[in-house]
Amino acid sequence: MSTSTETTAASPTAPRRARRRRPDWSELPRGALLAVYALLIAVPLVVVLLTAFKTSSQMYENPFALPATPSLANFAELWAGGRIGTSFLNSVIVTAVSVTVTLLVSSWAAFSISRIGGRLGTFLYLFFSLGLAVPAQVAMIPQYVIFDQLGLTNSLLGLILINIAVTCSVAIFILTGFFRTLPQELFEAAQIDGAGTWQLYWRIALPLSTPSLAAVAIFLFVMHWNDLLYPLLFITDPDLATLPKALLDFKGEYTTNYPVLFAGVIIASIPMIVAYVFLQRWFVAGITAGAVRG
Amino acid sequence: MAQGVTASRAAAPPRRRRRRRLDPVLLAFLVPAAVLYLWFVLWPTLQAFQYSLTDWDGLSASFGWVGPDNYEKLATGDSVFRKAFGNSLKFMLTVVIGQTVLSLALAVALLRSTRISIFLRALFFFPTVLSSVSVAFIWSFVYDPTFGLANRLLAVVGLGSWQQPWLGDQDMAIYYLAIVQIWFHAGQLMVVYIAGLQQIPQDLYDAAALDGAGRWQKFRFVTFPLLQPSTVIVVAYTTIQSFKAFDLIIASTGGGPNHATEILATLIYTTAFRNFEMGYAAAQSVIFMVLIAAITILQRKAVSLASGGSDR
Repeated sequence: MSTSTETTAASPTAPRRARRRRPDWSELPRGALLAVYALLIAVPLVVVLLTAFKTSSQMYENPFALPATPSLANFAELWAGGRIGTSFLNSVIVTAVSVTVTLLVSSWAAFSISRIGGRLGTFLYLFFSLGLAVPAQVAMIPQYVIFDQLGLTNSLLGLILINIAVTCSVAIFILTGFFRTLPQELFEAAQIDGAGTWQLYWRIALPLSTPSLAAVAIFLFVMHWNDLLYPLLFITDPDLATLPKALLDFKGEYTTNYPVLFAGVIIASIPMIVAYVFLQRWFVAGITAGAVRG
Repeated sequence: MAQGVTASRAAAPPRRRRRRRLDPVLLAFLVPAAVLYLWFVLWPTLQAFQYSLTDWDGLSASFGWVGPDNYEKLATGDSVFRKAFGNSLKFMLTVVIGQTVLSLALAVALLRSTRISIFLRALFFFPTVLSSVSVAFIWSFVYDPTFGLANRLLAVVGLGSWQQPWLGDQDMAIYYLAIVQIWFHAGQLMVVYIAGLQQIPQDLYDAAALDGAGRWQKFRFVTFPLLQPSTVIVVAYTTIQSFKAFDLIIASTGGGPNHATEILATLIYTTAFRNFEMGYAAAQSVIFMVLIAAITILQRKAVSLASGGSDR
């Protein structure tokens, strides 16, 4: 398929339209794959968007049609339930604090590991990397007991603490990898000028790592905003639910009232969509960094 | 990353000798992460092993040590566990094969950075940023037997006889959920493949063309072998991710009907927090961890065999 790259790339001067007109049958499978997959992704998303502005009966009639009279009734119904606003706020608090603090403590640890170096550095690195191998469902039962004893169930603080604990491994893993590539001469020069450890961290390591920090921040943002497991485990009080948990509860309440459920989906996704549109490059970098970790 | 590691190792010995005494600030930097991680991740993981030898119900103050009884029951008498185990493997295999092939095909198709390609990449990546709960709702609607999109579309294109109860079909539901997982994450792994493809030097294709290689041969003998590092990442990550499809399944089918979509992750949750058999659930979770470790090791072995023992 790489040949197709060359055919167009070879003649950048030729007007594109003219080239397209000539039927190139070898392009067909590629075009078909992309068209079908684009529909497969886009159609459900568009239907969700449309359905959120319809009544149930309109949806039954034809889910693909534009809403005859677009209405915000579904959003109003959710809002009147009083839960969605609270959950939104809880999600904002938990995510903002979790991402910030995870980034802070992980960058400390990663900086420390990369500066300590040698055998101890390697040991610490492996020690934190162990966390990558632990499936959440193994630790969750004792975690529940520990958090229950500490009075940290039904508490946003509890969610924040567990978020930091379970995601600091990935963050330390990625950031250590980056800090190790920083030229040691920079640190040595700064030390000669009398910079202390904190200054090395704050004035040299962090500013040079903004791309990595941004990538990790986005990765954490997606993880923490979308997490269902820990709210499911720790939160029973509806006033303390985060959005994914609240959505799941709505499913019990509204069963197959999809217009209302989809209004909830849209509200829960808006921050993520806005961030994705404006920070797309970082999303791709961040989520991919998370994938490449293993 | 690997380069950074070797570079700092090479530079390490002289520096290490110079600063024998560890900087207390550096040690202090480790403390917050280390405390949270030890207390809330490593310690509970070890405790899971301990719990797995008890009959604790999660509520009462006392419990009995039952030794290996939980494991014996899992191995012999628990058909639901066996079903969940099988479903985990079915789900994993379908997702790994489907997602790897699809994300590679999409990456190859979208390698060229035209405006349309860039737009489609962004579109295909998009589901990754949604929450599992949202994706579960979207697909519950697609698969809804009475008014869902899938059955409607089939009717529209004249394939009404293909209409299904989808997630209500006990034999097939787990595969239909695997499709959802692929829809959810293929775009993410497509990006990993695109990054890999962009590192293949154009000269190699030119040389292959000189040797008379056709399109397929170029893919088979240049692209595919040189993409191996990306494939390792994609397969390893997809495997782990598929075992963790907990949120998606909890929010779509809850493991039903009749455990048809139960995977180990959901079963552990149900056993512990719905049936309050904490000890038994802990034993399930230990098996779960062993299974994941075994598959990871197998994959590493397969990779090192495939690359002539040179890799890792």
